[in-house]
Amino acid sequence: MAKVPVQFTLNGSEKAEFIDSGTTLLNALRDKIGDTSPKGGCHQGTCGACSVIVDGELRLSCLTLAETCNGASITTTSGLADGGVLHTLQRAFLDTFATQCGFCSPGMIIAAKVLLDHTPNPSREEVVEALSGNICRCTGYEPIIQAVLTAARSNSQNAA
Amino acid sequence: MALALQTFATVKDANAALKIEGTRYLGGGTLVVRAANEGDVSVFSLVRSIDPALSTIEVGDAKVRIGASVTMAAITRHPDLGALAKAARAVGGPAIRNMATVGGNLFAPAPYGDFAVALLALDASVDTGKGELPLETFLAGRDETRALVTSVSFTPPKTDSLRFLKVSRVKPKGVSVLSIAAVLEQAADGTIGSARIALGCLADRPMRAVAAEKALIGRSLTRDGIAAALAAASEGTSPITDPIASAWYRAEVLPVHLGRLLLS
Ligand SMILES: Cc1cc2nc3c(=O)[nH]c(=O)nc-3n(C[C@H](O)[C@H](O)[C@H](O)COP(=O)(O)OP(=O)(O)OC[C@H]3O[C@@H](n4cnc5c(N)ncnc54)[C@H](O)[C@@H]3O)c2cc1C
Ligand code: FES
Ligand code: FES
Repeated sequence: MAKVPVQFTLNGSEKAEFIDSGTTLLNALRDKIGDTSPKGGCHQGTCGACSVIVDGELRLSCLTLAETCNGASITTTSGLADGGVLHTLQRAFLDTFATQCGFCSPGMIIAAKVLLDHTPNPSREEVVEALSGNICRCTGYEPIIQAVLTAARSNSQNAA
Repeated sequence: MALALQTFATVKDANAALKIEGTRYLGGGTLVVRAANEGDVSVFSLVRSIDPALSTIEVGDAKVRIGASVTMAAITRHPDLGALAKAARAVGGPAIRNMATVGGNLFAPAPYGDFAVALLALDASVDTGKGELPLETFLAGRDETRALVTSVSFTPPKTDSLRFLKVSRVKPKGVSVLSIAAVLEQAADGTIGSARIALGCLADRPMRAVAAEKALIGRSLTRDGIAAALAAASEGTSPITDPIASAWYRAEVLPVHLGRLLLS
């Protein structure tokens, strides 16, 4: 089958690739571009491990065809750290033990980032709602909720 | 996975491409790409149209028109679609709502199709480019439909007249045990003049509870007034059985939840 070109911005840098038509964004990112931070858990839309941000919106990369993202701006967890300095959310996940096996963490962090981008001081209910499409089999969720609330607090302290 | 996607600027060209066997329309992809990921080989060619008309929402005094590519998230954000926000918010989690389209929801098999349940209570019509069809007629023939759905439209409900409820086991987001939507018109003395009640998961696709609707006419919304409607609620239903609930359970809890919705 003929390859099709895709071109988008990934974590601030331009990417262009030839892919098989119908390739999911998840497979294009992991297998073609080499960004393995989005995880393939279920490929059914149910686990959220593949979450990415496309033009400011939370999306599931396993159900998104890469071709539909031509010209888009995509953010994944691998683009969050600033050199050796972790993003506030990554720091908070470590500090509150919100990561055990770590498989859900990139998706959780991306979903939390979208929340904090729009709602810098979310309530606990808003955090639960924002993470409701993401499954964690290890932590029991409480440390993850605490991590997001902690990150929100440290963001507002830094801004003050 | 050998899928191929074709993108067309116009609805007309997309419709022409959809005539080819094995070709399906790509909305948000939450069902159709999932099917392909699961190995459904009947889907090998996808078609989409990026016609901007498919993504527009028009709210008039007499008619609301929602393009088929409008997402659940866009409906929850729209200032004039507050009545539908609850039903749109009932679909999946935040990422699913950013992708799931109105058009796709009309084709979603039970336990999905929560938004279509609300549209059925609103007596919506569906535009497939060949004139408008009542949603009920469209749903009955949807398996044979090959043409692209371009929009749905309905008369805007009076403030607070659309009631919607979804029952799920996982909070805040979970697949439906059942969903119910109702539009009731009440006279000044509180008696019901007309009623439209739509049910989700009580058949393979959204259906109307016609017997319950009839039993409400002339009654008031009290425990006694709705008793006959609750007794008739399961008439004509054939609930699905899935990992969420058995058909028996769905039929058993339907009157309880319908009662709560009517008395709320
Ligand atoms: C994890 C998960 C949770 C979900 N939870 C819910 C839920 O709680 N409630 C619920 O109702 N649904 C739920 N869904 C199902 C689904 O997301 C929604 O029903 C959604 O609205 C489907 O729309 P789509 O645009 O993604 O459809 P697609 O997958 O793009 O399409 C579905 C079908 O409709 C056809 N189609 C789509 N648009 C058109 C059109 N304009 N014209 C003609 N044919 C068209 C496609 O060809 C395909 O056959 C869930 C799905 C997932 C993966
Ligand atoms: S891999 Fe995409 S939701 Fe699970
Ligand atoms: S840390 Fe293991 S799945 Fe969440």
